[in-house]
Amino acid sequence: MHEETVYDALTAAHGDDARWAFGTGFDDPLAGVDTTVPEGVHPADLGAYCLMLGDDALVLSQRLTEWVTRGPELEEEVALANIGLDLLGQARLLLARAASVGALGRSRGRATASIPDEDALAYFRDPDEFRCTGLVAAPGGDFGRTVVRLLVASTWRLALFVRLRDSRDPVLAAVAAKGVAELTYHREHAARWVLRLGDGTPRSHRRAQAGADGVWPLLADAFTATDVERRLTSAGVAVHPGELRQEVEGVLVHVLEQATLAVPPWPEDTAPSGREGQQGPELVALLRTLQSLAREHPAGTW
Amino acid sequence: MSTDVTAGGGHGAVPTGPDVPVRTPVPPRRGWPLYEVFLRGKRGLNHVHVGSLHAPDAEMAVHAARDLYTRRNEGVSIWVVRSADVTASSPDEKDPLFAPSGDKVYRHPTFYEIPDDVPHI
Repeated sequence: MHEETVYDALTAAHGDDARWAFGTGFDDPLAGVDTTVPEGVHPADLGAYCLMLGDDALVLSQRLTEWVTRGPELEEEVALANIGLDLLGQARLLLARAASVGALGRSRGRATASIPDEDALAYFRDPDEFRCTGLVAAPGGDFGRTVVRLLVASTWRLALFVRLRDSRDPVLAAVAAKGVAELTYHREHAARWVLRLGDGTPRSHRRAQAGADGVWPLLADAFTATDVERRLTSAGVAVHPGELRQEVEGVLVHVLEQATLAVPPWPEDTAPSGREGQQGPELVALLRTLQSLAREHPAGTW
Repeated sequence: MSTDVTAGGGHGAVPTGPDVPVRTPVPPRRGWPLYEVFLRGKRGLNHVHVGSLHAPDAEMAVHAARDLYTRRNEGVSIWVVRSADVTASSPDEKDPLFAPSGDKVYRHPTFYEIPDDVPHI
């Protein structure tokens, strides 16, 4: 069989539509995946950890899609939206995994029966039940700050997912293996922009620097672990975020120096806050937007 | 004139606050140059023109093309060319260049049987 057009060839060579919103179907996202909880692991811990990583993806996805209709150029808007879609896909799998081990909190009681578990978690949890970090919950700011934050967040998450591929939890390992290629792309996209803005015009340099100065303090609790993360790291399921520090710092310093930007001072480590459910008004406002439609029209279709 | 256009500064349910610069009148867009995009899905095929896009430079154009015209497929070869660098024939010269020369049958390879299993002809 041969392809008649370049488009046919592209489709045939690809064969994996999983990162696209359309055509993937909306049945059980974990169908066919071994969902056995590894021996010696508390399901509640595993669920909490999946919420942490799933919420990071869900919330950053929402921050990126805020650029839709407001991008500097259509091409960049599509790129940011596509990155947001990748993250939404990761969130869906991770929230479904959390649900599969019973981490539904109060959400299940609020969502009507026809709403899938992962949607109940995304749309019917209150802010204090979210486990994302301040790094992703903070507002995107201008384009300079948006790409710096995307660089930092994707560098952190890529370093994590590379290690998480060896997780004893088969679902986490599979999600990580799939996500590594996506996150590599996200980091590359962000790094390209940071280089261009930092080493661009005086104004782009100033705004990229302001973005870095604003984002760096958000790293304060990025490398400190919750008790859940500690226990799961010992069990071979999770990765202690402290393990990521050297790699993340190395990448960020390299990119900023190449971009002729000053590396802001590294913040002092603080205890985990977002991971423990301490969320600020920024997340509350974000969730109000994210959840309003689902709460007003539960299980609505159009 | 301030040119802080932000994702968070628009209308409706988007959060605003002291940290989020308010959207001000959109500055005149200087505009990114236009690039023509050519893709080759597999070895042995030609690069095919698939469309165009705006990008700040050629490297970003290749990057954006991967997003816009492929499914981020790493196996695809991408060429981009500044649209301004394309020299095109003028529609006014249509007749002399493109007249079919129907009387010159040797110009048209119609006397050959093409075997069914030969692709891409």
